[in-house]
Amino acid sequence: MGFDVLLKGKNMLRLLEGLGVAMKISLVSVVISIFLGIIVGMLMSQKKPLINVVTRIYLEIVRIMPQLVLLFIVFFGFTKLTGKNISAELSSIIVFSFWGTAEMADLVRGSLLSIPMIQYESSKALGFSRLQTYIYIIIPQVARRLLPLSINLITRMIKTTSLIMMIGIVEVLKTGQQIIEANRKTSPGAAFGIFATIFLLYFLACWPISCLSKYLEKRWEN
Amino acid sequence: MEEILKIEHLKKSFDDLTILEDINLSVKKGEVLVVVGPSGCGKSTLLRCINGLEDIQEGKVILEGNIINPLVDRKSKYREKIGMVFQSYDLFPHKSILENVMLAPLKVQKRKKDEVKKEAEQLLDRVGLLSKVSNYPRQLSGGQKQRVAIVRALIMHPEILLFDEVTAALDPEMVREVLDVILNLAKQQRTMLIVTHEMAFAKAIADRVIFLDGGSIVEDSDPTSFFTAPKTDRARKFLNTFEFEKVH
Ligand SMILES: Nc1ncnc2c1ncn2[C@@H]1O[C@H](COP(=O)(O)OP(=O)(O)O)[C@@H](O)[C@H]1O
Ligand SMILES: [Mg+2]
Repeated sequence: MGFDVLLKGKNMLRLLEGLGVAMKISLVSVVISIFLGIIVGMLMSQKKPLINVVTRIYLEIVRIMPQLVLLFIVFFGFTKLTGKNISAELSSIIVFSFWGTAEMADLVRGSLLSIPMIQYESSKALGFSRLQTYIYIIIPQVARRLLPLSINLITRMIKTTSLIMMIGIVEVLKTGQQIIEANRKTSPGAAFGIFATIFLLYFLACWPISCLSKYLEKRWEN
Repeated sequence: MEEILKIEHLKKSFDDLTILEDINLSVKKGEVLVVVGPSGCGKSTLLRCINGLEDIQEGKVILEGNIINPLVDRKSKYREKIGMVFQSYDLFPHKSILENVMLAPLKVQKRKKDEVKKEAEQLLDRVGLLSKVSNYPRQLSGGQKQRVAIVRALIMHPEILLFDEVTAALDPEMVREVLDVILNLAKQQRTMLIVTHEMAFAKAIADRVIFLDGGSIVEDSDPTSFFTAPKTDRARKFLNTFEFEKVH
């Protein structure tokens, strides 16, 4: 079945290291995406025409372009343009943040606009200042809508990191392939066991995050 | 009696569309004014101009001798002296009932927590909702939510209360419980400006009835004369919409 191959040498450790690389890239990108996404999303909710046009184009680009194409553009394109090398890891973080910021901004915009006008007005009527209204009334409600959605974004990012091996990063899937290649002669059936393990690793990485999101959604139902 | 609120030559328009024209009104302490008029005549807009949710184009809103136009005085702390309850439910959905009531006195007025909690519980008890303190708005009926909204306004110790059709969105069987709370406030000599379509209630509670039509005050009279002998055709026509002819 191929599970024996995993126990050979440092194979299992290598797979875990590969997963670590993927997790690191997605977590850094998520942090950047959330930070920038909140800013862009707040700008988008202002309904200013110029900002609207620019952000719409940005969102459409992200939607239309496959992430892989973006990865190639940044990784190879940057070198072509400037003659300088850019590391594959940095390229991935740039692309994932570019993508994540767009998604996050759209979520922030949607959540902000979903707060009824009357929430702002009754706060004002009670004497809350603008800042207080945001701190005590608007942001807590936006956060409740946003958090499960942004956690969902994290799991999608972790899954999409399987693409980064295409620009030479040795993440979990690439490591798996290397192990299978190396053991082709001795255990030709190793592929199944390795891929099953990779499946399990992705599952273990994403499942707790999904659970957390479900839990928060339940807790914040009101 | 002492005059609390005075409106002078108020004009309100949205872009080119004038909604309120030359509104003049004076409200004395303890007085209950009921504002009636056909849908779209500007009743809500008038209340919103009074507590600064809308800016005004001309005129003055004067509370206890101070001009409180939002244009003149944007950071006015007078807003907390005007309590308002809206037609649509507007409790904060992420806060419990007690938190809904306590938030503004704690954060806006910076009052002490013990004292605020005690008063919140007293007020909630008075409207029959003490058992709901730890519930969330979504667990309450429409009538209960509106009673909480009234308490949330009361705890700020407002000089004047504005009610904008607070029972209009309620199921009929819940209207009474909310109107009773407002009737009780009238007994406590609260100054109130009430917009309502409940004519029987208006008759019972009003010291004065203001009939608003086409953006200006058409009648300003005591309830008995307004309901039995309105001065204008427009008022008569309006009141007729609440009557039914006998079928047989
Ligand atoms: N924000 C707004 N922009 C433009 N017109 C408005 C706005 N708010 C209210 N209006 C108009 O002002 C008029 C009065 O509205 P409103 O005060 O809500 O009436 P009422 O409460 O008496 O039914 C209506 O014709 C309405 O369409
Ligand atoms: Mg109205």
